[in-house]
Amino acid sequence: MTVIGWIQILLFCAVVVALAKPLGWYMTRVFNGERTFLSPALRPVEAAIYWIGGVDEKREQHWLTYTVAMLLFHVGGFLIIYGVMRLQALLPFNPAGQSAVAEDLSFNTAISFLTNTNWQNYGGESTISYLVQMLGLTHQNFLSAATGIVLAIALIRGFSRASARTVGNFWVDVTRCTLYILLPLCIVYTLFLVWQGIPQTLGPYVEATTLEGAKQTIAVGPVASQVAIKMLGTNGGGFFNANAAHPFENPTALSNFIQMISIFALGAALTNVFGRMVGNQRQGWAILAVMGVLFIAGVGITYWAEASGSHVLNALGLTGGNMEGKEVRFGIVASSLFAVITTAASCGAVNAMHDSFTALGGMIPLINMQLGEIIVGGVGAGLYGMLLFVVLAIFVAGLMVGRTPEYVGKKIEAREVKMAMLAILVLPLMYLGWTAVAVVLPQAVASMANAGPHGFTEVLYAFTSATANNGSAFGGLTGNTFFYNLTLASSMFVGRFFMIVPAMAIAGSLAEKKSIPPSAGTLPTTGGLFVGLVVGVILIIGGLTFFPALALGPIVEHLAMTAGTVF
Amino acid sequence: MLKEIRPAIFVLLALTLITGLIYPLGMTLVAGSIFPAQAEGSLITRNGQVIGSSLIGQEFKDDKYFHGRLSATTTADPNDAPKTVPAPYNAANSSGSNLGPTSKALADRVKEDVDKLRSENPAQPVPVDLVTSSASGLDPDISPEAALFQVPRVAKARGIAEDRVRALVATATEGRLIGLLGEPRVNVLALNLALDAATATK
Repeated sequence: MTVIGWIQILLFCAVVVALAKPLGWYMTRVFNGERTFLSPALRPVEAAIYWIGGVDEKREQHWLTYTVAMLLFHVGGFLIIYGVMRLQALLPFNPAGQSAVAEDLSFNTAISFLTNTNWQNYGGESTISYLVQMLGLTHQNFLSAATGIVLAIALIRGFSRASARTVGNFWVDVTRCTLYILLPLCIVYTLFLVWQGIPQTLGPYVEATTLEGAKQTIAVGPVASQVAIKMLGTNGGGFFNANAAHPFENPTALSNFIQMISIFALGAALTNVFGRMVGNQRQGWAILAVMGVLFIAGVGITYWAEASGSHVLNALGLTGGNMEGKEVRFGIVASSLFAVITTAASCGAVNAMHDSFTALGGMIPLINMQLGEIIVGGVGAGLYGMLLFVVLAIFVAGLMVGRTPEYVGKKIEAREVKMAMLAILVLPLMYLGWTAVAVVLPQAVASMANAGPHGFTEVLYAFTSATANNGSAFGGLTGNTFFYNLTLASSMFVGRFFMIVPAMAIAGSLAEKKSIPPSAGTLPTTGGLFVGLVVGVILIIGGLTFFPALALGPIVEHLAMTAGTVF
Repeated sequence: MLKEIRPAIFVLLALTLITGLIYPLGMTLVAGSIFPAQAEGSLITRNGQVIGSSLIGQEFKDDKYFHGRLSATTTADPNDAPKTVPAPYNAANSSGSNLGPTSKALADRVKEDVDKLRSENPAQPVPVDLVTSSASGLDPDISPEAALFQVPRVAKARGIAEDRVRALVATATEGRLIGLLGEPRVNVLALNLALDAATATK
């Protein structure tokens, strides 16, 4: 570890925190339906969308209607992605002549992008056309991100409203989020990325003759416009197979730094939106502090592990840390930092191959996802995941002192705690359950690329990533098989919707409650005690759930590595 | 609930049109006119022929050129299609090795390469980036140490003084952005082009 490495990490944190307030201010205005400086240009488009959709923007929805609208929106989204993938050979913008994508792979990919996971069982440049990249994937990157954000907003309204029947209008929220927040940011961001060197063209792959006279086919495409939303929307699905490690997806140290910022920007800002909407920004900062504590701890461990490198290779006289599966322009620190960020948020873009990380360096990304990606988290998904843990922490605190727990003026009662537990328990059910099935099925075991405990970790990582809607991978695992296409799709589906629906139920039930003023017996939820309590609950619940699985994978591999054992 | 079906179709179609076609196609037009070189892939031409992209690494095996990182990219096996065969620096199928820290295959490969490089230049420690494969398989850069390590071999193969080659490496070395972000690096293709240009004139 170096001083300059830690300065890069601290600079990153400073920029994210500095952006939270202005972005939070702007987003709050957008979701409160107020005018913004973009309204003159965008209001006509917005009104036109409501007109053709028959949406009455003044009419708000009950939480159940809001949820049904969201689910219907997804059905259509699924059909579009699945359709363009199956039909890509017949459609335009296909200069590389890609043929139709197989049924199970199209199904997996459609679920994957719909759920904001962006798990990729295909290599982008070798499998899909420009049209699929744009109309199938770029478009769903926007909409799945917008969905995550508006669900978090609905939950926040549950906390902030009193005796209310409604939590907002899904169509209005999703339209305003797309038009006023995601699209303008992406337009500016795309231009920045092209300036840095990311291609944005519809032309065919380039045929080059190298200095030594060999032929090299260079894949290009409309990359920058997709990378912009892939990062801001914490989608993470790469245009190319190597994702943000590919020089065309992340060409410079500056593009890398901004990409890391953009993964966290909206998620961190949502904590500020939360604070503003419940009437006390300090409530938002307290949530961000919980996230920050867990984040810095994770970065420290991964950076240390990667800088120390593999004992097996160090024994050959190598120094300089673990560079297998990393790019020179990022080096150890920016690769480690990126890995922790992308799994803390539910992004899943990678700028280094997690499969080649050291055992402990790769364990932190795994833990981040197993905790439910609540450290900043996916846009929206992170905040509502964290609020579920807050509900639980408040409940535990209430039990300790024998009072009905309350949070930002709302009594937390049996219904909220049950829903929070349902959402929190369903995640391990999927990733531990499917991993257990996979390791006893010979055809599933055959997909592992590495032998020994590392192979087990590959499978555990895959189901964890899918369930947590992350999308990063221990990429050696051959995921494009019938078994993994279907089981991973089911993990992604359950991981998304069994989290969303309980969260919405909590939103609805909280919105109906009266708001009670704080009394002398109320636990202050803006201070260090509260931050410590939430961190403790997260680590205890998380730790008890997945520690045994980690012991079989990365922990035993670390011990083997220090002993110099190879498999 | 039935009332939600109409917006589910038309709001979705409108947003799809905006984000899936108008946005990427519009950005292609705008970016292509402001940054035409980058938008096309930062291509380098020599004597009217495209020889590669300044951002994409290419394979160098000849002693007279600096070599880049190891590349784990593959291509479809021409004789057995679903299987793949190694094809380093295949820029139409980026990928890393995905070998883990306790992989015997990785340990064996690194040991073989370390031994080979030690016999080539016993005077300097083997730089780690010369014996590890990159994440994308297309890494255009190596560390300054990895470039300096190769100076004796390149100078000998070209029959020129080591100091001249070392000066070219120094010119091609890029530092951290504002002294802070990223890592010092040398673009291998740019260095080799400079090397060709410098030796062609003499």
